[in-house]
Amino acid sequence: MKRSHEPPLWLLFGAGGLLAALLGPALILLTGVVVPVAAERGVEVLGYEATRELLARPLVGVLLALSLGVVLWHAAHRIYHTLRDLGMRAGQGVWWACYGSAAIGTLVAIGAVIALW
Amino acid sequence: MSEPAKITLEVQRYHPEQDSGPRWQRYTVPYTAEMSVLEGLQYIKDHLDGSLTFRWSCRMAICGSCGCMIDGEPELACHVFLRDYAPGPVRVAALDHFPIQRDLVIDHSDFLEKLETVHSYLIPAEERTPADGTHRQTPQAMADYYDYAQCINCLLCYAACPQYGWHPDFAGPAALALLQRYNLDDRDGGHRLRERVIDAEQGVWGCTLVGYCSEVCPKGVDPARAINQNKAGSAARYLLGWWRPGRRRGEDRE
Ligand code: SF4
Ligand code: FES
Repeated sequence: MKRSHEPPLWLLFGAGGLLAALLGPALILLTGVVVPVAAERGVEVLGYEATRELLARPLVGVLLALSLGVVLWHAAHRIYHTLRDLGMRAGQGVWWACYGSAAIGTLVAIGAVIALW
Repeated sequence: MSEPAKITLEVQRYHPEQDSGPRWQRYTVPYTAEMSVLEGLQYIKDHLDGSLTFRWSCRMAICGSCGCMIDGEPELACHVFLRDYAPGPVRVAALDHFPIQRDLVIDHSDFLEKLETVHSYLIPAEERTPADGTHRQTPQAMADYYDYAQCINCLLCYAACPQYGWHPDFAGPAALALLQRYNLDDRDGGHRLRERVIDAEQGVWGCTLVGYCSEVCPKGVDPARAINQNKAGSAARYLLGWWRPGRRRGEDRE
Protein backbone atom coordinates (compact mmCIF):
# COMPACT_ATOMS: atom_id res chain seq x y z
CA MET A 1 0.00 0.00 0.00
CA LYS A 2 1.24 3.45 -0.90
CA ARG A 3 1.62 5.92 1.93
CA SER A 4 -0.55 8.98 1.47
CA HIS A 5 1.09 12.39 1.25
CA GLU A 6 -2.10 14.12 2.21
CA PRO A 7 -1.28 14.74 5.92
CA PRO A 8 0.58 18.08 5.54
CA LEU A 9 -2.21 19.41 3.33
CA TRP A 10 -4.77 18.18 5.82
CA LEU A 11 -2.98 19.72 8.80
CA LEU A 12 -2.96 23.13 7.10
CA PHE A 13 -6.61 22.59 6.19
CA GLY A 14 -7.39 21.81 9.83
CA ALA A 15 -5.45 24.83 11.06
CA GLY A 16 -7.31 27.08 8.62
CA GLY A 17 -10.67 25.69 9.65
CA LEU A 18 -9.91 26.16 13.33
CA LEU A 19 -8.74 29.70 12.78
CA ALA A 20 -11.72 30.60 10.63
CA ALA A 21 -14.08 29.20 13.24
CA LEU A 22 -12.34 31.10 16.03
CA LEU A 23 -11.73 34.41 14.30
CA GLY A 24 -14.67 34.51 11.91
CA PRO A 25 -17.35 35.41 14.47
CA ALA A 26 -15.03 37.90 16.19
CA LEU A 27 -14.28 39.59 12.86
CA ILE A 28 -17.95 39.75 11.97
CA LEU A 29 -18.73 41.31 15.35
CA LEU A 30 -15.85 43.75 15.03
CA THR A 31 -16.29 44.90 11.45
CA GLY A 32 -20.04 44.49 11.28
CA VAL A 33 -21.11 45.90 14.65
CA VAL A 34 -18.36 47.40 16.80
CA VAL A 35 -16.66 49.55 14.16
CA PRO A 36 -19.83 51.10 12.66
CA VAL A 37 -21.49 51.63 16.05
CA ALA A 38 -18.32 53.25 17.37
CA ALA A 39 -18.06 55.39 14.23
CA GLU A 40 -21.61 56.60 14.73
CA ARG A 41 -20.57 57.83 18.16
CA GLY A 42 -17.53 59.51 16.74
CA VAL A 43 -15.00 56.98 18.05
CA GLU A 44 -12.56 55.53 15.53
CA VAL A 45 -11.86 51.81 16.01
CA LEU A 46 -9.53 50.03 13.61
CA GLY A 47 -8.94 53.27 11.73
CA TYR A 48 -6.70 53.33 8.69
CA GLU A 49 -3.65 54.86 10.33
CA ALA A 50 -3.82 52.66 13.42
CA THR A 51 -4.33 49.48 11.42
CA ARG A 52 -1.53 50.37 9.03
CA GLU A 53 0.81 50.98 11.93
CA LEU A 54 -0.16 47.67 13.50
CA LEU A 55 0.40 45.76 10.27
CA ALA A 56 3.74 47.39 9.71
CA ARG A 57 5.07 45.58 12.79
CA PRO A 58 6.81 42.62 11.19
CA LEU A 59 5.59 40.00 13.66
CA VAL A 60 1.94 41.12 13.52
CA GLY A 61 2.01 41.52 9.76
CA VAL A 62 3.56 38.15 9.02
CA LEU A 63 1.33 36.34 11.52
CA LEU A 64 -1.73 37.93 9.96
CA ALA A 65 -0.60 37.08 6.43
CA LEU A 66 0.04 33.47 7.46
CA SER A 67 -3.35 33.24 9.17
CA LEU A 68 -4.92 34.45 5.97
CA GLY A 69 -2.84 31.85 4.14
CA VAL A 70 -4.09 28.88 6.15
CA VAL A 71 -7.69 30.02 5.79
CA LEU A 72 -7.16 30.22 2.01
CA TRP A 73 -5.57 26.77 2.22
CA HIS A 74 -8.63 25.49 4.04
CA ALA A 75 -10.85 26.77 1.23
CA ALA A 76 -8.58 25.31 -1.47
CA HIS A 77 -8.56 21.87 0.17
CA ARG A 78 -12.34 21.84 0.66
CA ILE A 79 -13.05 23.01 -2.89
CA TYR A 80 -10.67 20.42 -4.36
CA HIS A 81 -12.25 17.57 -2.41
CA THR A 82 -15.80 18.73 -3.07
CA LEU A 83 -15.07 18.74 -6.80
CA ARG A 84 -13.89 15.17 -6.47
CA ASP A 85 -16.98 14.23 -4.45
CA LEU A 86 -19.11 15.69 -7.22
CA GLY A 87 -17.44 13.32 -9.63
CA MET A 88 -15.08 15.71 -11.40
CA ARG A 89 -11.99 13.96 -12.64
CA ALA A 90 -9.90 16.45 -10.70
CA GLY A 91 -6.35 15.86 -11.88
CA GLN A 92 -3.09 17.73 -11.49
CA GLY A 93 -4.48 20.84 -13.20
CA VAL A 94 -7.34 21.30 -10.74
CA TRP A 95 -5.01 20.47 -7.86
CA TRP A 96 -2.64 23.24 -8.87
CA ALA A 97 -5.49 25.66 -9.51
CA CYS A 98 -6.86 25.13 -5.97
CA TYR A 99 -3.71 24.91 -3.88
CA GLY A 100 -1.78 27.21 -6.23
CA SER A 101 -4.24 30.06 -5.77
CA ALA A 102 -4.07 29.60 -2.00
CA ALA A 103 -0.28 29.71 -2.17
CA ILE A 104 -0.33 32.80 -4.40
CA GLY A 105 -2.83 34.49 -2.07
CA THR A 106 -0.53 33.78 0.87
CA LEU A 107 2.51 35.17 -0.96
CA VAL A 108 0.60 38.30 -1.98
CA ALA A 109 -0.46 38.83 1.66
CA ILE A 110 3.12 38.42 2.88
CA GLY A 111 4.32 40.74 0.11
CA ALA A 112 1.73 43.32 1.12
CA VAL A 113 2.79 43.42 4.75
CA ILE A 114 6.47 43.54 3.78
CA ALA A 115 5.68 46.52 1.55
CA LEU A 116 4.46 48.33 4.69
CA TRP A 117 7.79 48.01 6.50
CA MET B 1 -63.92 -7.09 2.71
CA SER B 2 -62.39 -4.24 0.72
CA GLU B 3 -59.63 -4.78 -1.86
CA PRO B 4 -56.11 -4.55 -0.40
CA ALA B 5 -54.14 -1.41 -1.32
CA LYS B 6 -51.66 -1.82 -4.19
CA ILE B 7 -48.21 -0.44 -4.83
CA THR B 8 -46.14 -0.45 -8.00
CA LEU B 9 -42.55 -1.62 -7.75
CA GLU B 10 -40.05 -0.99 -10.52
CA VAL B 11 -37.35 -3.53 -10.03
CA GLN B 12 -33.98 -3.56 -11.72
CA ARG B 13 -33.46 -6.74 -13.71
CA TYR B 14 -30.11 -7.82 -15.11
CA HIS B 15 -28.74 -11.16 -16.21
CA PRO B 16 -25.19 -10.35 -17.24
CA GLU B 17 -24.96 -13.48 -19.38
CA GLN B 18 -28.04 -12.58 -21.43
CA ASP B 19 -28.78 -8.86 -21.16
CA SER B 20 -26.84 -6.05 -22.74
CA GLY B 21 -27.60 -3.86 -19.71
CA PRO B 22 -29.88 -3.52 -16.69
CA ARG B 23 -33.56 -2.77 -17.35
CA TRP B 24 -36.59 -1.92 -15.21
CA GLN B 25 -39.55 -4.23 -14.77
CA ARG B 26 -42.87 -3.14 -13.24
CA TYR B 27 -44.89 -5.20 -10.81
CA THR B 28 -48.08 -4.33 -8.95
CA VAL B 29 -48.17 -5.78 -5.47
CA PRO B 30 -50.97 -5.80 -2.87
CA TYR B 31 -49.60 -4.67 0.47
CA THR B 32 -50.56 -4.18 4.08
CA ALA B 33 -49.26 -1.58 6.51
CA GLU B 34 -46.73 -3.92 8.14
CA MET B 35 -45.18 -5.22 4.89
CA SER B 36 -41.54 -4.40 4.26
CA VAL B 37 -40.10 -3.77 0.80
CA LEU B 38 -38.43 -7.17 1.14
CA GLU B 39 -41.83 -8.76 1.59
CA GLY B 40 -42.93 -6.96 -1.56
CA LEU B 41 -40.05 -8.58 -3.44
CA GLN B 42 -40.94 -11.93 -1.93
CA TYR B 43 -44.54 -11.48 -3.09
CA ILE B 44 -43.26 -10.89 -6.62
CA LYS B 45 -41.08 -13.99 -6.48
CA ASP B 46 -43.82 -16.20 -5.04
CA HIS B 47 -46.78 -14.97 -7.11
CA LEU B 48 -45.70 -12.93 -10.13
CA ASP B 49 -42.23 -13.77 -11.39
CA GLY B 50 -40.14 -16.59 -9.94
CA SER B 51 -37.06 -15.48 -11.88
CA LEU B 52 -36.51 -12.32 -9.79
CA THR B 53 -33.29 -12.78 -7.83
CA PHE B 54 -32.38 -11.09 -4.54
CA ARG B 55 -30.64 -11.96 -1.26
CA TRP B 56 -32.23 -12.11 2.16
CA SER B 57 -32.11 -14.18 5.28
CA CYS B 58 -33.04 -12.74 8.68
CA ARG B 59 -35.84 -10.29 7.68
CA MET B 60 -34.91 -8.14 10.69
CA ALA B 61 -31.84 -6.03 9.93
CA ILE B 62 -29.42 -8.52 11.41
CA CYS B 63 -27.83 -10.49 8.56
CA GLY B 64 -27.07 -7.56 6.27
CA SER B 65 -27.83 -9.43 3.06
CA CYS B 66 -30.85 -7.54 1.68
CA GLY B 67 -29.20 -4.18 0.95
CA CYS B 68 -30.37 -2.44 -2.20
CA MET B 69 -31.06 1.01 -3.61
CA ILE B 70 -34.64 2.01 -2.88
CA ASP B 71 -35.65 5.16 -4.75
CA GLY B 72 -31.94 5.89 -5.07
CA GLU B 73 -31.08 5.52 -1.36
CA PRO B 74 -29.11 2.62 0.08
CA GLU B 75 -31.47 0.71 2.40
CA LEU B 76 -32.03 -2.72 3.87
CA ALA B 77 -35.13 -3.96 2.05
CA CYS B 78 -36.35 -5.56 5.29
CA HIS B 79 -35.92 -2.33 7.24
CA VAL B 80 -38.24 -0.04 5.21
CA PHE B 81 -41.96 -0.34 4.65
CA LEU B 82 -43.95 -0.43 1.42
CA ARG B 83 -46.51 1.94 2.98
CA ASP B 84 -43.92 4.72 3.02
CA TYR B 85 -43.53 4.50 -0.77
CA ALA B 86 -47.20 3.91 -1.70
CA PRO B 87 -48.69 4.10 -4.24
CA GLY B 88 -45.34 4.05 -6.02
CA PRO B 89 -43.81 3.45 -8.38
CA VAL B 90 -40.88 2.79 -6.06
CA ARG B 91 -37.62 1.84 -7.72
CA VAL B 92 -35.63 -1.04 -6.29
CA ALA B 93 -32.14 -1.56 -7.72
CA ALA B 94 -28.92 -3.36 -6.86
CA LEU B 95 -26.54 -1.56 -4.47
CA ASP B 96 -24.49 1.13 -6.21
CA HIS B 97 -20.77 0.70 -6.83
CA PHE B 98 -20.74 -3.12 -6.92
CA PRO B 99 -20.82 -5.47 -9.90
CA ILE B 100 -24.20 -7.15 -10.37
CA GLN B 101 -24.34 -10.92 -10.37
CA ARG B 102 -28.04 -11.07 -11.16
CA ASP B 103 -30.92 -8.62 -10.64
CA LEU B 104 -30.48 -7.28 -7.07
CA VAL B 105 -27.62 -9.59 -6.12
CA ILE B 106 -24.23 -7.91 -6.05
CA ASP B 107 -20.76 -9.39 -5.99
CA HIS B 108 -19.18 -8.26 -2.72
CA SER B 109 -15.80 -9.97 -3.11
CA ASP B 110 -14.07 -6.58 -3.28
CA PHE B 111 -15.26 -5.80 0.25
CA LEU B 112 -14.23 -9.22 1.56
CA GLU B 113 -10.72 -8.72 0.18
CA LYS B 114 -10.54 -5.32 1.85
CA LEU B 115 -11.77 -6.74 5.11
CA GLU B 116 -8.78 -9.08 5.09
CA THR B 117 -6.32 -6.20 4.73
CA VAL B 118 -7.51 -4.32 7.84
CA HIS B 119 -6.79 -7.11 10.36
CA SER B 120 -10.30 -6.95 11.75
CA TYR B 121 -9.76 -9.51 14.46
CA LEU B 122 -8.34 -9.41 17.95
CA ILE B 123 -4.54 -9.56 18.02
CA PRO B 124 -3.95 -10.12 21.74
CA ALA B 125 -1.65 -7.54 23.32
CA GLU B 126 -0.06 -10.24 25.46
CA GLU B 127 0.55 -13.89 24.70
CA ARG B 128 -2.37 -15.94 25.90
CA THR B 129 -3.36 -19.57 25.82
CA PRO B 130 -6.82 -21.03 26.34
CA ALA B 131 -5.60 -22.05 29.80
CA ASP B 132 -5.56 -18.34 30.76
CA GLY B 133 -9.36 -18.43 30.58
CA THR B 134 -11.75 -15.80 29.28
CA HIS B 135 -10.14 -12.62 27.97
CA ARG B 136 -12.17 -10.28 30.14
CA GLN B 137 -12.64 -6.55 29.92
CA THR B 138 -14.66 -3.97 31.83
CA PRO B 139 -17.97 -2.65 30.47
CA GLN B 140 -16.36 0.80 30.18
CA ALA B 141 -13.57 -0.59 28.01
CA MET B 142 -16.14 -2.35 25.87
CA ALA B 143 -18.13 0.85 25.46
CA ASP B 144 -15.12 2.39 23.67
CA TYR B 145 -15.64 0.25 20.58
CA TYR B 146 -19.16 -1.17 21.03
CA ASP B 147 -20.83 1.02 18.38
CA TYR B 148 -18.26 0.04 15.76
CA ALA B 149 -18.80 -3.61 16.58
CA GLN B 150 -22.44 -3.38 15.47
CA CYS B 151 -21.56 -3.54 11.77
CA ILE B 152 -23.45 -6.24 9.87
CA ASN B 153 -21.43 -5.89 6.62
CA CYS B 154 -24.51 -4.82 4.69
CA LEU B 155 -22.41 -2.50 2.50
CA LEU B 156 -24.98 0.30 2.42
CA CYS B 157 -22.12 2.61 3.37
CA TYR B 158 -20.11 1.58 0.30
CA ALA B 159 -23.09 2.29 -1.93
CA ALA B 160 -23.37 5.69 -0.23
CA CYS B 161 -19.71 6.64 -0.53
CA PRO B 162 -18.94 8.72 -3.65
CA GLN B 163 -15.21 8.24 -3.11
CA TYR B 164 -15.55 4.45 -3.19
CA GLY B 165 -17.51 4.90 -6.42
CA TRP B 166 -14.74 6.96 -8.04
CA HIS B 167 -11.77 5.18 -6.49
CA PRO B 168 -12.55 1.51 -5.91
CA ASP B 169 -9.12 1.11 -4.27
CA PHE B 170 -10.36 2.99 -1.20
CA ALA B 171 -10.70 0.58 1.73
CA GLY B 172 -14.07 2.17 2.44
CA PRO B 173 -16.27 2.93 5.44
CA ALA B 174 -17.14 -0.46 6.98
CA ALA B 175 -13.64 -1.94 6.67
CA LEU B 176 -12.09 1.14 8.29
CA ALA B 177 -14.75 1.21 11.02
CA LEU B 178 -13.98 -2.42 11.81
CA LEU B 179 -10.30 -1.57 11.88
CA GLN B 180 -11.05 1.09 14.46
CA ARG B 181 -13.21 -1.35 16.41
CA TYR B 182 -10.15 -3.52 17.08
CA ASN B 183 -7.78 -0.59 17.55
CA LEU B 184 -10.04 0.70 20.34
CA ASP B 185 -10.22 -2.67 22.10
CA ASP B 186 -8.03 -2.55 25.19
CA ARG B 187 -7.19 -6.26 24.81
CA ASP B 188 -5.78 -5.71 21.33
CA GLY B 189 -2.17 -5.03 20.44
CA GLY B 190 -2.36 -4.89 16.64
CA HIS B 191 -2.15 -1.09 16.14
CA ARG B 192 1.19 -1.13 14.38
CA LEU B 193 -0.02 -3.65 11.84
CA ARG B 194 -3.10 -1.58 11.05
CA GLU B 195 -1.15 1.69 10.76
CA ARG B 196 -0.04 0.69 7.28
CA VAL B 197 -3.64 0.59 6.11
CA ILE B 198 -4.62 3.77 7.97
CA ASP B 199 -1.70 5.78 6.57
CA ALA B 200 -2.13 4.61 2.98
CA GLU B 201 -3.73 6.53 0.14
CA GLN B 202 -6.40 3.81 0.13
CA GLY B 203 -6.82 4.14 3.92
CA VAL B 204 -8.30 7.00 5.92
CA TRP B 205 -6.87 9.54 3.46
CA GLY B 206 -9.19 8.26 0.76
CA CYS B 207 -12.07 9.76 2.78
CA THR B 208 -13.20 13.33 2.05
CA LEU B 209 -15.67 13.42 4.96
CA VAL B 210 -18.87 13.38 2.94
CA GLY B 211 -20.53 11.61 5.88
CA TYR B 212 -23.30 9.94 3.89
CA CYS B 213 -22.02 6.51 5.02
CA SER B 214 -22.93 7.31 8.61
CA GLU B 215 -26.31 8.60 7.57
CA VAL B 216 -27.35 5.43 5.74
CA CYS B 217 -25.90 2.93 8.24
CA PRO B 218 -28.83 0.97 9.67
CA LYS B 219 -26.86 0.01 12.81
CA GLY B 220 -25.64 3.45 13.88
CA VAL B 221 -22.00 2.52 13.32
CA ASP B 222 -20.86 6.01 12.21
CA PRO B 223 -17.98 4.91 9.97
CA ALA B 224 -17.18 8.53 9.04
CA ARG B 225 -16.31 9.17 12.67
CA ALA B 226 -14.21 6.02 12.91
CA ILE B 227 -12.21 7.06 9.85
CA ASN B 228 -11.67 10.64 10.89
CA GLN B 229 -10.62 9.69 14.41
CA ASN B 230 -7.54 8.31 12.70
CA LYS B 231 -6.49 11.29 10.64
CA ALA B 232 -4.75 13.24 13.42
CA GLY B 233 -2.72 10.22 14.51
CA SER B 234 -1.81 9.39 10.94
CA ALA B 235 -0.73 12.98 10.30
CA ALA B 236 1.41 12.88 13.46
CA ARG B 237 3.11 9.71 12.21
CA TYR B 238 3.74 11.40 8.88
CA LEU B 239 5.47 14.36 10.53
CA LEU B 240 7.43 11.98 12.70
CA GLY B 241 8.56 10.36 9.46
CA TRP B 242 10.05 13.72 8.39
CA TRP B 243 11.85 13.80 11.65
CA ARG B 244 13.14 10.28 11.21
CA PRO B 245 13.22 9.86 7.42
CA GLY B 246 14.44 6.26 7.57
CA ARG B 247 11.22 5.20 9.14
CA ARG B 248 9.03 6.76 6.51
CA ARG B 249 11.01 5.37 3.64
CA GLY B 250 10.63 1.97 5.23
CA GLU B 251 6.87 2.40 5.27
CA ASP B 252 6.83 3.57 1.67
CA ARG B 253 8.43 0.41 0.45
CA GLU B 254 5.48 -1.94 0.55
S1 SF4 C 1 -20.92 0.32 8.72
FE1 SF4 C 1 -23.18 0.27 8.76
S2 SF4 C 1 -23.75 0.59 6.58
FE2 SF4 C 1 -21.60 -0.03 6.61
S3 SF4 C 1 -21.59 -2.24 6.34
FE3 SF4 C 1 -21.56 -1.85 8.56
S4 SF4 C 1 -23.70 -1.86 9.20
FE4 SF4 C 1 -23.69 -1.66 6.96
S1 FES D 1 -32.86 -9.81 5.48
FE1 FES D 1 -31.27 -9.74 6.97
S2 FES D 1 -30.80 -7.65 7.03
FE2 FES D 1 -32.53 -7.68 5.72
